Amino acid sequence: MSHNQLTESGRLHHFLSIEGLKRPLLTEMMDRAEQFSSISHQQVKKVPLLRGKTIVNLFFENSTRTRTTFELAAKRLSADVISLNINTSSASKGESLRDTLHNLEAMHSDMFVVRHNQSGAAEFIAQHVAPHVSVINAGDGCHAHPTQAMLDMFTIRRHKQHFPDLRVAIIGDILHSRVARSQIQALATLGVGEIRVIAPKTLLPTDCKTLGVHVYHDMEAGLKDVDVVITLRLQLERMQGALLPSAREYFQCYGLTERKLSLAKPDAIVMHPGPINRGVEIASAVADGPQSVILEQVTHGIAVRMAIMSMTLGSQAEFHEVTP
Amino acid sequence: MNLHIKNGRVIDPASQLDAQLDIFIRDGKIVAMSSHLDGFTADQTIDATGLIVCPGLVDLNARLREPGQEHTATIESETLAAVAGGITSLCVPPDTDPVIDTPAVVELIEDRAKKSGRAMVYTIGALTQKLQGELLTEMAALKMAGCIGVSNGLSPIKNSLILRRAMEYAATLDLTLFINAADPWLQSNGCVHEGAISTRLGLTGISETTETIAVARDLLLIELTGVRAHFHNISCGKTILLIKDAQNKGLAVTADVSAHHLHLSEHDIGNYDTLSHVMPPLRSIRDREQLQQGLRDGIISAICSHHQPLDNDAKLGPFAETTPGISGLETLLTLTMKLVDDEEITLHQAIASLTSHPADILGIDAGQLKIGAQADICIFNPNIYNECQPNKFVSAGKNSPFSGWLFNNKVSHTVFNGKLVFEQDKIRSIIV
Repeated sequence: MSHNQLTESGRLHHFLSIEGLKRPLLTEMMDRAEQFSSISHQQVKKVPLLRGKTIVNLFFENSTRTRTTFELAAKRLSADVISLNINTSSASKGESLRDTLHNLEAMHSDMFVVRHNQSGAAEFIAQHVAPHVSVINAGDGCHAHPTQAMLDMFTIRRHKQHFPDLRVAIIGDILHSRVARSQIQALATLGVGEIRVIAPKTLLPTDCKTLGVHVYHDMEAGLKDVDVVITLRLQLERMQGALLPSAREYFQCYGLTERKLSLAKPDAIVMHPGPINRGVEIASAVADGPQSVILEQVTHGIAVRMAIMSMTLGSQAEFHEVTP
Repeated sequence: MNLHIKNGRVIDPASQLDAQLDIFIRDGKIVAMSSHLDGFTADQTIDATGLIVCPGLVDLNARLREPGQEHTATIESETLAAVAGGITSLCVPPDTDPVIDTPAVVELIEDRAKKSGRAMVYTIGALTQKLQGELLTEMAALKMAGCIGVSNGLSPIKNSLILRRAMEYAATLDLTLFINAADPWLQSNGCVHEGAISTRLGLTGISETTETIAVARDLLLIELTGVRAHFHNISCGKTILLIKDAQNKGLAVTADVSAHHLHLSEHDIGNYDTLSHVMPPLRSIRDREQLQQGLRDGIISAICSHHQPLDNDAKLGPFAETTPGISGLETLLTLTMKLVDDEEITLHQAIASLTSHPADILGIDAGQLKIGAQADICIFNPNIYNECQPNKFVSAGKNSPFSGWLFNNKVSHTVFNGKLVFEQDKIRSIIV
């Protein structure tokens, strides 16, 4: 539905959500990331693609990894980067967002990378920036985290290649997860054969099936014969109370252990968007085990974000300039 | 002052009148409805040829923002907007600032309304002090001061014992209780209907049970206490079944629906359209159809604006952080008449649900055309093609999701207490 993220010619202007994007665009993103990922292994890890561009990382919500990989990605593309952490106190909510935006616009930035705790915040910012400014959604509320989803797709492709043959299970707090929503949309767009979600009812949105997924409450049934297992981070505040009785019981029912993982295909890969709660959603032995690709995901985050930034901001630049 | 409205199609649902008639008004009162009146010299004549002449509309719920939020809107600005929408009587809920929980606030609002002199403004008094749901207000004093009923506004009373006592007390004083039903725990911090759209957009949903559980509890207490009650702005199809049951049991229970809930659904939120952020939330398409059916069946008897004027800033921000509400005075008639064009309800049902039915709920002598009654009259063109342009609203609140909607009707004149208080631009655009 985020049709306004595309230019008239169908190129990416903003990157707000996977929803509405076509498969060739996602494939192009991953192809580009593939080429960028080789740069990380060079002596000089920079390409001049975005030289002279100013990118502002606007983080209204804490993040270390996402912000750092966005910074690195921008720097490797030779852009100038500023990162701002803005605390959103409840007293200054809506206003601070608008005012901050206008102030930053006055500084002639070319791109905003935005993380905000409200669903729709990136969309809102994209509607209110000057037409030449691009907005990348680095996570908005419970809505979307499209760059994370794309780096996950990239990681899956590195290991599995043909999406339509795959069975993918996503385990955990789907209700509050922007990562899960974007992953589901990306997996569906790439034609994945079967997408499963595994969670107790308290952590599933109503009408979950409208997302095009198969719903499992029993983890063992849900993991059977899957190729990719994605565990989601369980936020601390959800671990006890009305959604779940305790972290311990959650681990018992929905924690990924070696025993449960053995129900998946023998070559199944294990993913997690991080940061990990060891012993809550995933056992250490699995997180550090041979099937885990969790650290790879972090590495791929840089190349994928470089690809997305160059596609939105440098769509006019010729791509062959950068290939080594 | 003699006013002559000639050649109009006069429709008065209360008396089943639908005829080509002239209306003669003297000193604020209707003196005759006939083809001519001997010895009547008009000071002013309105040519209503091709127009529908009906009672001035009665709106059960409109926020005027005064006192407390005069920077958003005032009684002056909003009563002008009301008559621009053909509304000549309206009710103000108690959630002003200060709350309508003392006679002083009632008097202040009535004073300002009288000065404005365009529409009759009724106040609904607070059921509990400061709407906090703990201590009863001095309801007898509020009634004496002119309150037409009592309500706890948008702050549901959590404690069922206090609600029971408040109902008993209101019943003692023969005051109608107006209820916006929502279970506060289920509603929590939700901002949209819980369903496919809340799932897709990652917004916290408000389940149908938020409304139905509250209505069910309230109905049981209404039965227990015998209070006369009216449910404002119901949004779910299942609520209609509960109210139907209560009405069948003989309880004095009525209900209204907002004009926007009859036309919009959760899907109109599209991609975080904050103008469609409203409370209760826009529900599913099926709910919308059931609300229309409830109206046809007479279980819902009134259509209201649930007018909430807001300044532009209130709608600028991420969806959940924006203020819910729609500026509805100037689209109440047009949206209701659109249901007639769409053949959802008849012309008479439409006009009755805006005039005699809400007047009956309030127990006021308005909403009908009869000899001797105060001349509150709405005249509208049922055949004029026009586009909704909220930026041209008379109301200080331009917050309407209906921008660009095409309507086939428009208010042309509004008469309040025998005076012409609103007249549409003389230049009529393309008449179809």
